Amino acid sequence: MALADIRQRPGMLLAAAIVGHLILISAQVQTASGLPVLQTMTFGAFSEVQRGTMSIVDGVRGVWFGYVALQEVQRENASLKQEVQTLQVRLQEERALAQRTDNLRQLLELRERAGLETTAAEIIAAGASPEFRTVTIDKGESEGLAADMAVISPAGVVGRVILASGRASKVQLLIDRNAAAGAMVERTRTQGVVVGFGDGSLRMQYVPGTSDVKTGDLVVTSGIDGIYPKGFVIGTIENVDRGPGSYHEISVRPAVDFSRLEEVLVVRTPPLSKQVPEGGDK
Amino acid sequence: MKIAAALAAIVVALALQTTLAGLVFRGTAALDFVLVVVIYISLVAGPGTGLLAGSVAGLIQDSLSSGILGIGGLAKTIVGFLAGLIGTQFIVTAPLSRFMVFVLGTALHAVIFMGLYVLLDLRQFPDPYGGVAGQALGNGFVGVVGFQLIEWLPGFVARRRAGRPLRR
Repeated sequence: MALADIRQRPGMLLAAAIVGHLILISAQVQTASGLPVLQTMTFGAFSEVQRGTMSIVDGVRGVWFGYVALQEVQRENASLKQEVQTLQVRLQEERALAQRTDNLRQLLELRERAGLETTAAEIIAAGASPEFRTVTIDKGESEGLAADMAVISPAGVVGRVILASGRASKVQLLIDRNAAAGAMVERTRTQGVVVGFGDGSLRMQYVPGTSDVKTGDLVVTSGIDGIYPKGFVIGTIENVDRGPGSYHEISVRPAVDFSRLEEVLVVRTPPLSKQVPEGGDK
Repeated sequence: MKIAAALAAIVVALALQTTLAGLVFRGTAALDFVLVVVIYISLVAGPGTGLLAGSVAGLIQDSLSSGILGIGGLAKTIVGFLAGLIGTQFIVTAPLSRFMVFVLGTALHAVIFMGLYVLLDLRQFPDPYGGVAGQALGNGFVGVVGFQLIEWLPGFVARRRAGRPLRR
C-alpha cells in the first residue's frame, strides 16, 4: 500500500533514488587526495551552506553598520565637527599666543640691546580720525610715561607719546603728517629731518643737494631732536630726486609696518628737552 | 503480484546476463538484458515502478559486478524513470517506437554509466561509440521481440487451447 502510494509520486521518488545512489557511490569512491568522495562532498556542500550563512550574517551586519547604525555615526560626526571647530579656535589662540610671545621676545631683545629704560606697552586702539595717524597704548602716567617720549619697536622708530593719561597714552606715529624726527643717512652720516607725509610714507628733508645719498641707504635717527634716541632705524631711501632748490627730495620707506603693530617699547629716558641740567633747577 | 513478476523478470534477466557475459561487441556487452527488462517494466508500469525496478536491478547488477555499487543503479533508475514517463505521456505500442525507446534508453544509460566512471576518474572508455551503438541496436531488437512475444504468447496459448480436440 505504501509502495503504491510512493509510486504515485515519481518525481520525489526519483530525487530520493538519485540522492541515495549518489551517497552510495560517494561512500565508495575516493578523491585524488585520498579522502572519500562522500566526506569531500559533504564537507563541500556544508561549506557552501556555511559560506551562505556567513554571507547572510555579513549582509545583515553590513546593513546594520552601514545604515541602521548611521544614527550613531551622525551623532559622532556632529560631535567631531564641534570638536574640530573647538580645536581650530584653540589652534588660532595658540598661534596668536606664539606670535605674541615672539613679539615680546623681540621687544625684550631690543630693550637689552638699546640699554635704555623702557616700558613695554600694547596697542589697544587706533586713531579716531584717519587724518591723524595715532594709536593708543595701554600704559600711561602711572607707569612713568609722559609726553614726548619716544616709542620704538624691534623694526624701528614708531613715533612719540603726545598725550599721557593715567593708564593710557596717545602715540603720534612717525608717518603722521605732523610728525618729524631728526635723521641721518647711516652710510654717509648726512643729516636731515624725516617728516610724515600722511599717506604712510616718509620724506627726508633738508638734505643738501651735494650730499651723497642714494636709493637703498638706511636712514636712522640722529638724536638731534631730543626725543628719539640716536641710531634707531627709521627706514630705507626709496627714491632721490634733485629738487628745484638746493636740497634733495628723498622718499623714505618706513622700516616699521604700522598696520601690524601690536607691542611697542616706550623709552622712558626723559627727552633732552625736559632733562634738568646737572646742578640746575627742576 | 506485479512486483513479484517484475522481480522475477529481473532475476531471469540477470541470469541470462551472467550466462551470456561472453557476448561482447567491440568491448561492450552486446546485450544488457537487465536494462531491457527495466525499460520494459517502465513502459508497462509507469515511471514510479520503472525507476524502482531500475534502481533494484541496477544495484543487484552492480553488486554482482566488480564496479562501484550505485553507478549502474543510478543509470538504470534514471532510464527507468524516463522510459516510464515516455510510456505514460506517449502511445508507445508500435514496434518502431518501442525500438526507439530501447535504443535511446540504452544510449542514455551508457552516457550516465560511462560518464560517471570517467568523471570519477575510475575507468576510461576509449572510443565507446561503436560498442554502445551495437548494444543499443541489440537491446532494441531484443526488447521489441520480447514485447511482441509477451503480447503474442497469451493469445497463442489461448488459440492452441481452443483448437485442441477433446479426448474422451
